Amino acid sequence: MTSSAILPAKGLADRLTAVFWRHPRVLLAILLTPPLLWLGVVYLGSLAALLLQSFYSIDEFSGVVKQEVTLKTYAELLRPSNFDILVRTVTMAAAVTFACAVLAFPIAYYAARYAKGHWKAAFYLGVMLPLWSSYLVKVYAWKLILAKEGIIGWAAERTHTSWIIEGLLSIPGLEGSSLSTSPLGTFMVFCYIWLPYMILPMQAALERVPNSMLEASADLGATRAQTFRTVILPLALPGVIAGSIFTFSLTLGDYIIPQIIGNSANFIGMAVYQLQGTAGNIPLAAAFAVVPILIMLVYLTIARRMGAFDAL
Amino acid sequence: MLSDRSPLSLRAAAIGGLLFLHLPILLIFLYAFTTEERSFQFPPPGLTTQWFATAWYDRPDIWPPLWLSLRVATIATSIALVLGTLVAAAMTRTAFFGRDQISLLILLPIALPGVITGMALRSAFGIMDIPFSVWTIVLGHATFCIVIVYNNAVARMRRLSGGIMEASADLGANAFQTFRHVLLPNMGSALLAGGMLAFALSFDEVIVTIFTAGSGSEAKTLPIWMLDELIRPRQRPVTNVVAIVVFAATFFPILAAYYLTRGGSETAGMGK
Amino acid sequence: MTAAVEFRNVSRHFGNVKAVDDVDLTIAEGSFFAMLGPSGSGKTTCLRLISGFEKPTGGAIRIFGEDVSSTPPHLRNVNTVFQDYALFPHLNVRDNVAYGLMVKGMGRAARHAKAEEMLALVKLDAYGDRKPAQLSGGQRQRVALARALVNEPRVLLLDEPLGALDLKLREAMQDELKALQHKLGLTFVFVTHDQHEALSMADSLAVFNEGRIAQIGTPQDIYDRPATRFVADFVGSSNVLPPDLTRALGGPAEWASLRPEATRLAASGPVMGPVTALRYLGSGTRVVLELQGTEVAALVPAGQPVPAEGTTAAIAFDKGALHLMGAV
Repeated sequence: MTSSAILPAKGLADRLTAVFWRHPRVLLAILLTPPLLWLGVVYLGSLAALLLQSFYSIDEFSGVVKQEVTLKTYAELLRPSNFDILVRTVTMAAAVTFACAVLAFPIAYYAARYAKGHWKAAFYLGVMLPLWSSYLVKVYAWKLILAKEGIIGWAAERTHTSWIIEGLLSIPGLEGSSLSTSPLGTFMVFCYIWLPYMILPMQAALERVPNSMLEASADLGATRAQTFRTVILPLALPGVIAGSIFTFSLTLGDYIIPQIIGNSANFIGMAVYQLQGTAGNIPLAAAFAVVPILIMLVYLTIARRMGAFDAL
Repeated sequence: MLSDRSPLSLRAAAIGGLLFLHLPILLIFLYAFTTEERSFQFPPPGLTTQWFATAWYDRPDIWPPLWLSLRVATIATSIALVLGTLVAAAMTRTAFFGRDQISLLILLPIALPGVITGMALRSAFGIMDIPFSVWTIVLGHATFCIVIVYNNAVARMRRLSGGIMEASADLGANAFQTFRHVLLPNMGSALLAGGMLAFALSFDEVIVTIFTAGSGSEAKTLPIWMLDELIRPRQRPVTNVVAIVVFAATFFPILAAYYLTRGGSETAGMGK
Repeated sequence: MTAAVEFRNVSRHFGNVKAVDDVDLTIAEGSFFAMLGPSGSGKTTCLRLISGFEKPTGGAIRIFGEDVSSTPPHLRNVNTVFQDYALFPHLNVRDNVAYGLMVKGMGRAARHAKAEEMLALVKLDAYGDRKPAQLSGGQRQRVALARALVNEPRVLLLDEPLGALDLKLREAMQDELKALQHKLGLTFVFVTHDQHEALSMADSLAVFNEGRIAQIGTPQDIYDRPATRFVADFVGSSNVLPPDLTRALGGPAEWASLRPEATRLAASGPVMGPVTALRYLGSGTRVVLELQGTEVAALVPAGQPVPAEGTTAAIAFDKGALHLMGAV
């Protein structure tokens, strides 16, 4: 065999590969530049624009945006009518998160620990499909369900339980002529739509609890309830918190669901939408939009400290 | 905990929960056949298939939004496929400066609620005086579509035995041959799945789109059309028919993507 | 004759970590060369320096006299059998083997013929249509071998290829590899952490420790005359005698190595101590004595009497079996 130890480079492709090998950063730069350019300019750039707009203000008389930096717009957020919106949204987000955690637990627990083989795939699909299927269609479906003449009303009439619904609707704060125009309805729809986001991280965290730990706990004399409280729950907590990040953040920003189902009470998302639309008060809309960002930054820091990021 | 049989109550709760997730969609199907067009009366007073014909022939306001949604979804998905794959390929290399930060940056578009992305883009359009158009819609859609493609691409790349890229080079293939003969065949189905998911998501998107579409009537995507109908309904069953179309346009790509990315081991090394 | 591979002052540093530290190496053409050492000793990095997947931070590497410092892996006429085989999952066995020929532009019929030839050589001729996932570990390893050899490389690199195989299979493969190398006359460079493997297969070997070469030589050299305590310890389970003990046993005051197979038990001698451990090996018994605080093992062949634990005994050996390693 007298062939050379070094083969000749045939063509541009060979030579370019040699350049990539000699200078690996070149290839990296080529790969990263287009996407980073897009994300940097389009996404980060517009986030910067949002922040900038929140420091502008609107001239009350002419309705024109004054492009000079001021804290006046943020001060407006503290006005009672605006502050109400913030409180209402955060309260709803907290309630939805809690309810989702409770609802999701049996499903996640069952899927993680008992479903095997075909059932496991079925559960996985059963959660993934609603997660990815059309958001608007799901909200619309609930408008159907919650309508006075809809299926819930019909079922309540048939089982003579309408008084439960009327009772719920007369609780102060939950008023509405029907479920579909009451904050209770808004709450129910939020829970439904975000439920898959809570199930998946929970299931993942529960799956990671090794069986041997549960056996050890039983071996050491703990009852089922004790094992549940002291072993399973703490280990599942990061998954719960990870799921709560989604439910909390998504509720904070949503403006479609309160618009379609609920009374005309305002939430942050709706305020943003309305202010930037006909009112043209973009600075205030931007200021409103910044609030969920700040809330989520705090939430994420706490969540990270509690180990939620490992559960994602 | 030691028994494999779950308590009945748990099983009932779990299956009940799953059904709860799926039941509402089934109702949409039901209401597309109802004869009652002014309310959501249950049970439906009668059943008919007339609304499908009505939607097709008698409602000219449905077609432009449909075409627009398809256009936007196609463009956004194409952009996302290229950019998402590029960044996924870069991220699989061993740690480089800024890798973690880029990881975080890529997650942001889906980590932050849509209203923020929408409002941010709106703010930018305001400051830079950019008029609303198809392209402003695409700008928003492509950004989160990139994340979807990226996630699928990276997940697949992680499952591939790292050695096969080196093996290809060792056997004399240059970078382009390795890309064509090794990377693409092994990545193809993951990219297809990512693309389909991105398409479905873009087709269905409404939260960001409302901020980037403007108020012109030619800027209505199908979901925006549906939203208008929800607030000011005309023929309700027709809305249901459109809802079924939207649902199908998202459901089938998602199912397909699931089957494409499910899979056993992609590696052919020892013991794997 | 030009050396197949030559390293001159080669280093590979990762920041402060010196994975390979100033290594000199010469591998003769047509030899079966082993690089032996514990994990992290730099042997795999050296292999990757030859194939081109690592670039040296200092020094020069020559393959058959040609400097390869600016040659990327795909242009080096060197092929590797990877530790995890790295077979292409989407191609069948035949296409896997023919891959290298395909990227060089060989036509389908020609490269399939050559691939079949290669598969016959590694005794897998009926397996061409199978996918890697359908093969056992040993079979995958042979496909990896065929895939590398079909390109007629000037040097074949093997990165711990037998690690995943069970004992019987491993021994069979060792014989096969040796026979293959003889038949083809190629230069094989083999990385392993298993000293038995290295000793039985290599024509010459290098023992690595912490990025440097502790000793290069024939298996005989390294086994009988280890240069340092590390080599004595790592290769074979030698007795390492401190200078005081060596002097008490009749030699100079230096560190010395003594193989247990060369050590016999005696009823009395210049140094005596208690039996602290006995291990039955089937072919004999390994008896450990504690002499002046050092554990010294002697191999008692089967059939000869073995003392009980606790009894006092001494050792005896031929003068030539004691190998001196210097005062340090």
